[in-house]
Amino acid sequence: MTMTTNDAGSEALRQLYQTLILDHARDPHGYGLPDDEPAGGAGEARETAAHPWCESHQVNPTCGDEIRLRATVADGEDGPVLADVRWAGSGCSISQASASVMCDLVVGHTLDEVGAVARAFRAMMHSRGQDEGDEDVLEDAVAFSGVSRYPARVKCAMLGWTALADALYQSRPEALRATDLDTIRQEEHR
Amino acid sequence: MSATTAGAPRTADDPLDAAELTRIRADFPILAQKVNGHPLAYLDSTATSQKPDCVLDAVREYYETHNAGVHRGAHTLANEATEDHEGARDRIARFIGAAGRDLVFTRNATEALNLVAYGVSNASAGRGGDAAARYRIGPDDEIVTTELEHHANLVPWQELAARTGATLRIVPVTDEGLLDLDAAAAVIGERTRIVALAHVSNVLGVVNPVRAVADLAHAVGALVVVDGCQSVPHFPVDVTELGADFLAFSGHKMLGPTGIGGLWGRTELLDALPPFLTGGSMIETVTLEGATWAPPPQRFEAGTMPTAEAVGLAAACDYLDAVGMPAVAAHERGLTARVLDGLADIEGVRVLGPADAAERIGAVSFAVAGVHPHDVGQYLDDAGIAVRVGHHCAQPIHRRFGVHASTRVSTYLYNTAEEVDRFLDRLASVRAFFGADRTTR
Repeated sequence: MTMTTNDAGSEALRQLYQTLILDHARDPHGYGLPDDEPAGGAGEARETAAHPWCESHQVNPTCGDEIRLRATVADGEDGPVLADVRWAGSGCSISQASASVMCDLVVGHTLDEVGAVARAFRAMMHSRGQDEGDEDVLEDAVAFSGVSRYPARVKCAMLGWTALADALYQSRPEALRATDLDTIRQEEHR
Repeated sequence: MSATTAGAPRTADDPLDAAELTRIRADFPILAQKVNGHPLAYLDSTATSQKPDCVLDAVREYYETHNAGVHRGAHTLANEATEDHEGARDRIARFIGAAGRDLVFTRNATEALNLVAYGVSNASAGRGGDAAARYRIGPDDEIVTTELEHHANLVPWQELAARTGATLRIVPVTDEGLLDLDAAAAVIGERTRIVALAHVSNVLGVVNPVRAVADLAHAVGALVVVDGCQSVPHFPVDVTELGADFLAFSGHKMLGPTGIGGLWGRTELLDALPPFLTGGSMIETVTLEGATWAPPPQRFEAGTMPTAEAVGLAAACDYLDAVGMPAVAAHERGLTARVLDGLADIEGVRVLGPADAAERIGAVSFAVAGVHPHDVGQYLDDAGIAVRVGHHCAQPIHRRFGVHASTRVSTYLYNTAEEVDRFLDRLASVRAFFGADRTTR
C-alpha cells in the first residue's frame, strides 16, 4: 500500500472541522446523565417533584446521531430560566460538539435569551455559507459556520438544539408557543 | 454456474484485465467526473450502481422510437411498445434462469417483498379462493427471518405478523457474521409458514446458505422468500438451483435504471397468490360489483408499468452477460480481498462480518475507533471517495455488533485497485485528523 503525504483535508474540510469543534467532540460539556435518575421513557418526561427536568430524545436516522437531553427550568424574576442542561448520546463530531457548545451558551439564561441564540444559530445553519454568524450572540458557536456549506450536516449541528427546544416545550409550553424555539422544535424534528 | 451452495463462486475465470477495465469504465460517463477537485472514486455500488451508456441509450431510444401504451392498443407503435416490454421481461428473466411468465415487474425489491407479504395477507383475509388457501396464516403460524436483514425484508414481515396474528421468529448470526444454521434448524419448525432471508447481507457482505435454509423450510412445508438485491448484481444466480420460492431484486443495483425491479416466483405459487395492488391492466373482467384477475405476471402489475426502465434493465443484463457474471464476481472478489487486507493494516478499524473474501461480496462495513461514521464519510468525500455511512437500512444487525452505524465501502465491476488504494490511504489518516487517539470519552 502506498503511503502518500496527507494534506489532512481541504480548506473547506478544515473549516468544517475546526479545532474548537474537535476539542468539544472529544470532551463535551454538559455530558452525562446520572445513572440513578429514571430514563425518560418514550422521550419526554414531565417535571415532577422527584425529577424537576424535562427530557427529549432525538434521533437522526440517516447517520445514527442520537441524543437524550434533560433541561431543568427554574422560575426567575425575568421569567423562566434554564437552570441546567445535561445530555448523553452518540453521534458524529459535529452533533456532539454542537450540543457541547450549546450548553456553554444557554445555561443560566432566560428562555427568551435562549431563543435568541437558537434563532441566530439556526439562521447560520440554513445560510448555505452566506452567514458567518455574529460572535456577540453566538460566541464559540460561530465555529460551526462551515457546517452550512454541507447540507447533510446541518441536521447534525441542530440535533442538540432540537432536543433542547423539545425539552423546553415540554416544560413551559405557554412560554415557548410560537417562538423561534417552537419553530425549531417542529421543523428540525422532521 | 450457480452460487447456491458454498457461497460466491470460486471460478477459474480471470479477473478483468487492465485494458478491459479501462474499456468498461469508459462506458460509464459518470465515473469521469471530479469531486472536490479529485477524480471520483465511487465505492458505494451496494447503495446504487452506475449506469453504462447502453442502458441510457436503450431508455432514450425507447422513448424516441417505440413509446406507446403497452397491452393497450392495436396500432403499430403500441405493438412495438408491447414487444419491447415483454421482450425485456423475457430477457431479464433469462438473466436469473427463469421464464418470462414467472417474472413480475415491480418498482424495486422492497415493493416485490411487500407484494408477497400483502398477497399472503389478502389470502389470510379470505381473498383468492381455494387456490390461495395455502397462503392463509393466522395466530398459530410463524414467519421466520434473520437479524441481518435489510429493513425491506424485515418490516413487511413484522407488519404481516401484526395483521394476521402470526408470530415473527428471528434466526441470529454468529459473532463472525455467519447465519447460525443450528439456530435456524431450531427456529424453523412445524408452525413455520414463511422463511424470508437475504441471499447476501448488505452490511456484512456475507453470502447466506440459502439452499441449506431452504431445505429446512421445505421440510416443514414453508415458503422461502429470498432478497436477491446484493446477489443478482454480483454473481451468477439461477432460480432453478437456488432453492427459493420467491426472489426479489432491484434494477438500480445492477446497472439498471431506478424505478424497476423484479419478483420471480415459482409458477404454481404465482398462480395461487392474490394480487397486492389492484386497478387497471391486472384484470380480466370488471363490473361495478367486482373484478376477475388476469393471470400472472400481469395480475401483479396494476397500472402503467415502467416500460422504458424495463428496457433499460434488459440492456443492463445484456451488458453484464457480455462482461460475464463469473468475471464480475472474480474481479470483485479480488478487490474485496485488497480492501480486507488493507483494513487489517489500519489500527483502530474493525470490520463487521467475515474477514475472508471468499465468503462475501464487495460490501465491507467497518467501524473506526473514536471516529463516527459520518465523520469518516465526510473525510473520505473530501478526497473524492464516495462510501456510505449510517445503518444502511439494517439497524438490527448494527445493534447486534454493538454499533449505531458504520462506514461501508463497496466495489463493483467498474472499480479499480487504484481506487481501493486511494480509499485505504485516505482512511489511514482519519483517526489522526480527528484526534481519535486522544479521546477522553
